[in-house]
Amino acid sequence: MSGDNEETHTAEETSMDEKEIQDKVISPEKAEEAKLKSRYPNLGNKPGGSDLLRKRLQKGQKYFDSGDYNMAKAKIKNKQLPTAAPEKTEITGDHIPTPQDLPQRKPSLVASKLAG
Amino acid sequence: MAVVVVLKANDVQWCFSQVKGAIDDDVAEADIISTVEFNHSGELLATGDKGGRVVIFQQEPECKSQPQCRGEYNVYSTFQSHEPEFDYLKSLEIEEKINKIRWLPQQNAAQFLLSTNDKTIKLWKISERDKRPEGYNLKEEDGRYRDFNTVTTLRVPVFRPMDLMVEASPRRVFANAHTYHINSISVNSDCETYLSADDLRINLWNLEITDRSFNIVDIKPANMEELTEVITAAEFHPNQCNTFVYSSSKGTIRLCDMRASALCDKHSKLFEEPEDPNNRSFFSEIISSISDVKFSHSGRYMMTRDYLSVKIWDLNMESRPVETYQVHEYLRSKLCSLYENDCIFDKFECCWNGNDSVVMTGSYNNFFRMFDRGYRQDVTLEASRENSKPRSVLKPRKVSTGGKRKKDEISVDSLDFNKKILHTAWHPMDNIIAVATTNNLYIFQEKLN
Repeated sequence: MSGDNEETHTAEETSMDEKEIQDKVISPEKAEEAKLKSRYPNLGNKPGGSDLLRKRLQKGQKYFDSGDYNMAKAKIKNKQLPTAAPEKTEITGDHIPTPQDLPQRKPSLVASKLAG
Repeated sequence: MAVVVVLKANDVQWCFSQVKGAIDDDVAEADIISTVEFNHSGELLATGDKGGRVVIFQQEPECKSQPQCRGEYNVYSTFQSHEPEFDYLKSLEIEEKINKIRWLPQQNAAQFLLSTNDKTIKLWKISERDKRPEGYNLKEEDGRYRDFNTVTTLRVPVFRPMDLMVEASPRRVFANAHTYHINSISVNSDCETYLSADDLRINLWNLEITDRSFNIVDIKPANMEELTEVITAAEFHPNQCNTFVYSSSKGTIRLCDMRASALCDKHSKLFEEPEDPNNRSFFSEIISSISDVKFSHSGRYMMTRDYLSVKIWDLNMESRPVETYQVHEYLRSKLCSLYENDCIFDKFECCWNGNDSVVMTGSYNNFFRMFDRGYRQDVTLEASRENSKPRSVLKPRKVSTGGKRKKDEISVDSLDFNKKILHTAWHPMDNIIAVATTNNLYIFQEKLN
C-alpha cells in the first residue's frame, strides 16, 4: 500500500518539475520573476500599481516646514537648534530641518563643455 | 526645395564626423545631456543638459572644395535656460534639467525654440546681430554721454557691419500650469499653439499667452490610491492641427481629436497590442511602459518605444502595431538585475529619418540601433571615442547571446549599463544623425563617394 502511494507522489512531482522547466523554456521573464521574488519575498504583486507610480510622482520631495522652523527658533532663543545626524538622508520627525540641511542648489555658472 | 533621395539601407555606411564634450570619464551631473533636437531645416542642432543649459550648433555651409563633405556643426549659441528652484509651499525641489526642446518653424530672421524643465516652459528667441548703429549725436562710441555744449553739428547715425553676435533672449515664460512633472512639449502645425504634458494632465497653450492655458486631458483619479497609469509622452500630429496622441505607462496610446470636445479625456482611438495572459510576469507592465511616441513625417504612422522594442503603428489600425523591432531582446533574461539597478526604468527615445524609411533608437554600452523598414534590415553601431577618426566608417557591432562568442562580438554580461544612449536625432532631410552618450554628442554622417 505504502509503495503505491510513493509511486503516485513521485509521478506528481515529476509532472510539476516538467511544468517548471517548460515555464523557464517558454518565458525567460518568468524565470527572472522567480529570481526577483526569491531575493525579495515581500515584493507585492502589483508592480505597476499605485506605489511605484506615486513614488514617481513625488520625485523631488524634500521636507522643510518654515512654520516648524520659525516656531522652534522662537522657543529655543539662545540654544542651538538640534541638527540632523550626518547619516540621515530624510529629515523628518523630531528634528526640525534648517535651511542649512537642505542642499543648496545653485545654477551652474560654468558653461557647458559641449560649447568648449 | 530639398530633394529627398531614397537610399538602399545596405548601401548606407555611417562615418564618424564630430564629437562634442569633455573626454574625461569623470562626468559632472550638470553635463549629462538630456535632450537633442534638429530644427526644421536641419541647419541648427540644439542640446539641453541636466544643468539647465542649452547649446545650439549651426551647420557650416557646404565647402566648395569638398562637395562630398557635408558641413560641420559648430557652436552657434549657448545660454542658461532654466535654474534650480525650490517650491517652499510643497517642499519640492525643482530640477533645472531640460526635459525637452522643440523648435518652432522659422517665420522670420530669428529662430525660436521651446525648452522645458519639470515645471516651466520657456520660449527663447535666438537672433543674429551683424550691424550696429554708429555716429550718435549725444553719445560717444563707447556709450558715454557727450557734454551737450560740445555738440555743434547734427548727423544721422548709420548702421555699420560688426562681428556676428548671436543673442538668446527669453520671450515668454509659461509657468504654474503643471502640478506633476512635464515630460513632453509639442508645437502644433498651426504654429499658434502647443501642448505640454505631465504625468497626469495635458495642457494647451497659445504661444502668445502665458497667463492662461487650457487643460485638454486629465487622468487624475478622484482617489490617488486608484492610480494605475500615467502619461509618458504626447505629440501633436504633424499636419492635422486638431489631432494629438499620448502614451501611457501601461503601453497604450490614445489619439484625441480636439474638435470632439473641450476636454479630451475620451479618446478617439485607443492603440493597444493584446497581451498573452500566459506570458504575463511581474515585469510585463514595467517593460510595456512607453517611453517615447513620435509621428512619422507623413503623419500616417506613429512609432512607440518601450523597454525592449520599437513598434510602428498605422493610425488606421488600433488593434496591433504593423511592425515590431527588437532593440535588445537579450535583456529579457536579465530583467531581475535591471530592476535592481533601476535600468529597467530608463527612458529611451526614438526617431524617424527624413523619408520615414528608417527608424533609430539607443541602447546600452553606447550602442544604437537602426531599423530599415523597407529592406527589413537592422544594424547596431557604437558611439565611442575609439571610433572617432575623421570620416572613419563605423563597423556594425554584435552582441552574442549564446554560449559561443565570436570574435568582435561582445557578450551580454560585458555590456556597460551606465553607458546609455537615451537621446538621438535624425536630420530632417539628410543622412546626418546626432547621438548623445552620457555627456558627449556624436555626429555621424553618411559616407558619400
